[in-house]
Amino acid sequence: MNKLIAVAALAGAAVLSGCATGPGRADDPFEASNRVMFKINEPLVTYVAKPVADVYTAVFPGFVRTAVTNYVNNIDDLFSIVNDALQAKWEKMGNDMARVMINTGFGFAGLIDIASDAGIPRGNEDFGQTFGYWGIPQGPYLFIPLWGPTTVRDGTGSILRLLWSPTNEIPNVPVRNVVYGFVTVNEAPGAVEAMSLIDKAALDPYVFVRSAYLQRRRNLVYDGKPPPEKEEE
Amino acid sequence: MKPSRSLAMALLAFAAVSAAAQEAPDALVKRVAQETIGTIKSDPKVQAGDQQRIREVVETKLLPYFDFERITALAMGRNWRQATPEQQKELVEQFRQLLVRTYSGALAQYRDQTMDYKPLRADAGATEVTVRTEVVRSGQTPVQIDYAMAKEDSGWKVYDVIVGGVSLVTNYRDEFNQQIKGGGVEGLLKTLQTKNQGTPQK
Repeated sequence: MNKLIAVAALAGAAVLSGCATGPGRADDPFEASNRVMFKINEPLVTYVAKPVADVYTAVFPGFVRTAVTNYVNNIDDLFSIVNDALQAKWEKMGNDMARVMINTGFGFAGLIDIASDAGIPRGNEDFGQTFGYWGIPQGPYLFIPLWGPTTVRDGTGSILRLLWSPTNEIPNVPVRNVVYGFVTVNEAPGAVEAMSLIDKAALDPYVFVRSAYLQRRRNLVYDGKPPPEKEEE
Repeated sequence: MKPSRSLAMALLAFAAVSAAAQEAPDALVKRVAQETIGTIKSDPKVQAGDQQRIREVVETKLLPYFDFERITALAMGRNWRQATPEQQKELVEQFRQLLVRTYSGALAQYRDQTMDYKPLRADAGATEVTVRTEVVRSGQTPVQIDYAMAKEDSGWKVYDVIVGGVSLVTNYRDEFNQQIKGGGVEGLLKTLQTKNQGTPQK
């Protein structure tokens, strides 16, 4: 279900973006339509994500929410192994393999993050970063409602990532749906928190989010040591 | 007796001052962070979410170690020289207010987190360094927070904060550029002033 929505949204955005062009930053040629998407997103956060987050945090104690986050992270770690390999980052790959084995085996399918307590760091690699590492340019910046900021490169990575999930393999359908429900709802509090910070800090939230996202991704592609950026002066 | 005591006091004071001036940048970050966290954890008003008090803590504990003029000038980039001295002064003040409010909000949400301090890699004579820290929250990926610092007459001062690779200065440079393109330096000042007055100052 999730992946269908994401794929449809991304495809829709690409089509919409294709229609609208205007002057602006080279990395955001579709700014006009992206801004429309950003505007659509604001009430969705206020009237959908916010109530969901409020109910979710009120009903489920912190340890449950942490367990959901751990479950999601464990699956991310699994994909990180693949991306470590694609980038020949063997030390990270060893760490991620150890993490997934320990957390899946002894941490109840990833609900408990024993590996972090044991001091094994997360590799935190994804397909978007792999493409970047391979030298593929990031392509136009895109903003997708209820998904957030991305680029053509990162969005392609996200679609790849969503094509298959271990959660799909849960044989009991009601259990599988409950897991999907938790995983989806678990995103809400973070999104709401980010939005409230952006509202405080930003003069133009759209520009603020774009700048932060592109810097963040660049930093990840270079594993925290990006080369200095060219000044436009 | 009296003169010798005041001499001792003077010597002590001098020792304290020179110690502060010589305090290494990473030691400074660690000390300031620990003092601030200590206050946040022990102050009942802060714990109760008293915005006024939180802002006081930020003003007294953190702000002395930030060079807001440099932060503002960097965020303005080439536009800085187009601003008149009065505009520059007002920009520094307004930007400072905006950052204080944002930081106070973030600090108010401070929960059980621990800070790790990475070893400082810099030459002994360096006048610009980056102090690297990591904030660890249980159940979440650690966030890397770097402080770009410069040595000034009054000690080391922060001129950029980089959170997870996102530089505060770069982020606001993009925002400022856009505002200036739309309405010049005056337009940017207006936006900042409206922003600072708009949110109720509780």
